Amino acid sequence: MTTAKLKLEGVAKHFGHKKVLDGIDLEVGRGESVVVIGGSGTGKSVMLKCVLGLIHPDRGQILVDGENVVGLRGSAKEEYLSKFGMLFQGSALFDSLRVWENVAFGLIQGRGMKRKAAKDIAIEKLGRVGLKADVGELSPSELSGGMQKRVALARAIATEPEIIFFDEPTTGLDPIMADVINDLIVECVKDLGASTLTITHDMASARKIADRLAMIYKGHIIWCGHKDQIDNSGNAYVDQFIHGRADGPITMDVLKP
Amino acid sequence: MNNPLALVGRATLSLFGLAGRLTVFAGNCLQHIVRPPIYFGLIGRQMIAIGYFSLPVVGLTAVFTGMVLALQIYIGSSRFNAESAVATIVVIGITRELGPVLSGLMVAGRVSAAMAAELGTMRVTEQIDALTTLSTNPFKYLMAPRLIAATLTMPLLVFVADIIGVMGGYLVGTAKLGFNYGSYLKSTVDYLEPMDVISGLVKAAVFGFLLALMGCYHGYYSKGGAQGVGAATTNAVVSASVLILAANYLITELFFTS
Ligand SMILES: Nc1ncnc2c1ncn2[C@@H]1O[C@H](COP(=O)(O)OP(=O)(O)OP(=O)(O)O)[C@@H](O)[C@H]1O
Ligand SMILES: [Mg+2]
Repeated sequence: MTTAKLKLEGVAKHFGHKKVLDGIDLEVGRGESVVVIGGSGTGKSVMLKCVLGLIHPDRGQILVDGENVVGLRGSAKEEYLSKFGMLFQGSALFDSLRVWENVAFGLIQGRGMKRKAAKDIAIEKLGRVGLKADVGELSPSELSGGMQKRVALARAIATEPEIIFFDEPTTGLDPIMADVINDLIVECVKDLGASTLTITHDMASARKIADRLAMIYKGHIIWCGHKDQIDNSGNAYVDQFIHGRADGPITMDVLKP
Repeated sequence: MNNPLALVGRATLSLFGLAGRLTVFAGNCLQHIVRPPIYFGLIGRQMIAIGYFSLPVVGLTAVFTGMVLALQIYIGSSRFNAESAVATIVVIGITRELGPVLSGLMVAGRVSAAMAAELGTMRVTEQIDALTTLSTNPFKYLMAPRLIAATLTMPLLVFVADIIGVMGGYLVGTAKLGFNYGSYLKSTVDYLEPMDVISGLVKAAVFGFLLALMGCYHGYYSKGGAQGVGAATTNAVVSASVLILAANYLITELFFTS
C-alpha cells in the first residue's frame, strides 16, 4: 500500500475551554481531491492551519509523505511548506503589493525566480481565474471581494504545489464563475497531479470536485466516503447537512423569540 | 480572586512572561538581521518611510527646542554672569541629550505606531499566515528590514536634528539675545568634543532599534480585529517611549563613566 500524501492522526486543538478539534483522522491520497464539509465554526479552517503549522495542535500527528511535520521549525518548515499552496478563506492578499506581485510572491520569494519570468507566470495564472493582465497592475484593495478571491486562488496555485488547500473557494462568486473555479480545481488535480483538500459549504461544488467527501462535526470526522455514496450515506447528520434542513440531529444554537 | 497577593503575583508573572517573550522575539529578529538573504530593496523603502518622512516633524522639534534652550540657558547663566556659555551649552544639550531623545520620542510616535498598525492589520487579516505558507519567514521579510532601517536611519535623522537645533539656538541668540554672529558660532564649535556628537548618534541608533522593535512586536502579536490593532498601536508607542527614556539613562551613564 502506498503512503498517503497527507494524513492526519488524532489531531486535537482547543482554545481556552473550547474543544475545537477532538481527534481528527483524515487522509488525502496522491492526486486525490478530498472535500471537507461541516457547519460554520466546526474547526475546518483551524484544521488546515494545524497542517500548515500556523496553529500548533495539542496532540496528534500530521504526516506528509509519511513524515511527521508537527513542530518542524526553521528551514525544515520552510521546505515542507513549499509543497503547499493555500487559499485563505478571507483571501489574505498582501495589500502593500500589486496584484501580480501577490500572485508571483511564492515564485519570487520562495523559489528565487526572476521578476520578469515570475510576472509572466502570474499573468498566465490570473488568466486562468478569469482576470485580465491589466488587473495585475492594480492594488488588491481596488478589487471586488470575488476578484480578490480569484487572485488569492491564482496565488495558491502559482507555484504548482504538490498539496493545495482551498478554504471556501467559491464563496462570494457568482454561479458561473464558481463553476469555472470548480473546473480549475479539477484541472489542478488532473494536470498537475496535485492533492487537494477543499473546504466548502457549496454542495454543487463539492459534488463536482470531490473524489471523496468527509464531514466534520463536533471535532470529529463523523463520515467519510466516496462522493457517490454521499446521497445514501446512512448518516443522519450528513443527510441533514447536504439537504440543508433546519430540523435534524444537528441543532443550531439560535434563540427563538 | 481579589486576594491582593494573588494580584501582585499575577502582575509579576505577566511581567516576566512579557520580558521573556520580548527577549525571544528580539533574539529571533537579530538572528534574521545577520543571516542572509538581506532584502536591500525593502530596507531602502523602510529607510525612506522612517527617515525622509520624519524629517519635517524632527526638524520642527529640533528648531523649537534649540530656540527654547537658548532662552532658558541665557536666563540661568545671566544669574552668574556667564552668558557667554549659552552657545556651548546649547550645542552640548542638543547633541548629547535633546536631539536624540526628542527625535526618538517623535519618531516613536510616528513610526512605531505605523509599524504596529501595519503589521497588526497584516496579522488579523491573515497576511502574516499567508506569508509563512509562501515559504517566507515573516521575521526575515517584515521585521529585519524595519529594524535595520530604523537603526541606520535614526542617527542620520538625529544628525540633521542636531544641526537644525543649533541653528534654532543661533537664531534666538543672535536675533533676540544680542550675540555677535561670528562669536556665537565660534563658541559653538570651539568647545564641542567629538564624543558629544558620537554619544548622541549612538543613542539614536539604539532608540531606532527599540522603537522599531516595539512596533514590530506589538503588531506581530496583535489579535482581535480593529480594536486589537488599535491597542497594539497604543502599546507600541507607549512602550517605545518608556524604553527610549530608560535606555537613554543607561547609555548616558555608560558614556559618563568611561
Ligand atoms: N485563534 C483563535 N483563537 C481562539 N479561538 C479560535 C481561533 N481560531 C478559531 N477559533 C475558534 O475555533 C472554532 C472553529 O473556527 P474555524 O475558523 O476553524 O471554523 P470553520 O469551520 O472554518 O467555520 P466557517 O465555515 O465559518 O469558516 C471557532 O469557534 C472559533 O471561535
Ligand atoms: Mg473557515
